[in-house]
Amino acid sequence: MNVFDIIGPVMIGPSSSHTAGAARIGRMARHLLGQPAEKAHILLAGSFAHTYKGHGTDKAILAGIMDMAPDDKRIRESLEIAEKEGIEYTFEPGELENCHPNTAKITLTGADGKTLVMQASSVGGGNIMVTEINGLKVEISGQYATLIVVHKDEPGMIAKVTTIMSWHDMNIFNFMLSREKKGGTAVMTIEVDGVIGEAINQEISQLPNVTSSTLIKPL
Amino acid sequence: MLKYDSVRELTEAARAAGCRISDVVLADQAESMETDADVLYSRMAEDYRIMREAVKEGSVKKLKSTSGLTGGDAYKMKKAVENGSAMCGGLFADAIAKALSVSELNAAMGRIVAAPTAGSCGILPGALIAYQKDKNADEKDCVMSMFTASAVGMVINNNACLAGAGGGCQAECGSASAMAAAALTELAGGTPAMAENAAAIALKNILGLVCDPVAGLVEIPCIKRNAGGVANALCAAEMALAGICSKIPADEVIVAMKHIGDSMSSSLKETAMGGLAATPSGRAMYEQVFGRKETE
Repeated sequence: MNVFDIIGPVMIGPSSSHTAGAARIGRMARHLLGQPAEKAHILLAGSFAHTYKGHGTDKAILAGIMDMAPDDKRIRESLEIAEKEGIEYTFEPGELENCHPNTAKITLTGADGKTLVMQASSVGGGNIMVTEINGLKVEISGQYATLIVVHKDEPGMIAKVTTIMSWHDMNIFNFMLSREKKGGTAVMTIEVDGVIGEAINQEISQLPNVTSSTLIKPL
Repeated sequence: MLKYDSVRELTEAARAAGCRISDVVLADQAESMETDADVLYSRMAEDYRIMREAVKEGSVKKLKSTSGLTGGDAYKMKKAVENGSAMCGGLFADAIAKALSVSELNAAMGRIVAAPTAGSCGILPGALIAYQKDKNADEKDCVMSMFTASAVGMVINNNACLAGAGGGCQAECGSASAMAAAALTELAGGTPAMAENAAAIALKNILGLVCDPVAGLVEIPCIKRNAGGVANALCAAEMALAGICSKIPADEVIVAMKHIGDSMSSSLKETAMGGLAATPSGRAMYEQVFGRKETE
């Protein structure tokens, strides 16, 4: 903790969890999609579902989906901006099981038809936790450089990926792997100190049995 | 390196070094963050600039919050200051006007600096910017005083908490008020010990204050409590500068705040189930904003 955790962040009000955190959730989804979204469906659960209008949670999430930062003054007009840009969006207050009170499930579709489904929670003070990507369990805070590697569940995959990272002197401090079933689709989420270069991401994505490797910079 | 586990540690470090609390905090932060002090100072100066911008943007007549419940009160207060009709006048009324501005802007989805939270974001800028204007103070000193304020905030965070959901409004507006009181005391030339006393007095005066936001929104009573928080900070700093000591040291007040927060009913900690939120008017405003009754 440092002085800027006390005085800061600079943010659009009114609430660090319902507005600033919501904007970061939207932005994380946009970065995971890797391209501008043409369609967005946002399911709001818990406190998000009950109070989103008063806190501007809808505006903040949609602003994030358009890659705006939590201190971007355009957040207030984000619904109008999305309409102007021709983004089709829908908000649906609903319920999600076993989740944090401030949770959203976002489905994005890009121009080439690529789809992303992400579930994330606003966990306080503007911090977030992504808990699910395309149905697979993950843990991503978005505070650090993160690599998300989707691959086939085969022996030796962790060794292959982490060997490349060690060649590049990367220090992993958080690692999680989940899979849908034995031999099925699996996902590694790897958080590291410092910066991950695009070259490392390329090398990993070319490994056999790797479907995709996505590099997420700190939000 | 400082541990930020007591206010006394800060006072002693400043006394030993023969400088302000802010000087030792800036040097310590530069060391622990492995950055130049100049870089950290510039970052804080940028926060101060954004605070000033928020004071300006929040004081316009037609400001309305997203819910439609609040807005425009900062404008009324500013007018009262400008036309000289404010009863207290000068620094006091202007600090109230500026705290309202920032807090109303927050509710209207404007850009603010959390200090320490969004709900209490008006108190520190209200105090410092009004002080700078009234006393024609050097901006550098105002920016430096924010290091003192944030060090007090870190100590409160490490021994109690800064979130309404954890400790009630005393944790948000109370902490902001203690931070502002310490910063004002330093700005006005008080000793580190005086700043410590100011923080203790400010926090004591607000102990036990619950977090009971109408409709769960950061508006009612939060905005006016920011005005109350800055008034309390000025009051505490004034006493400390006159040489008045807190009979209970700041660090013990912080522990007391923690115990009070822990024993507070959860209905009074940001859940909007009790206090003002549960009044007939509070419930009516919930319905007005969300178009349905609370129980649904």
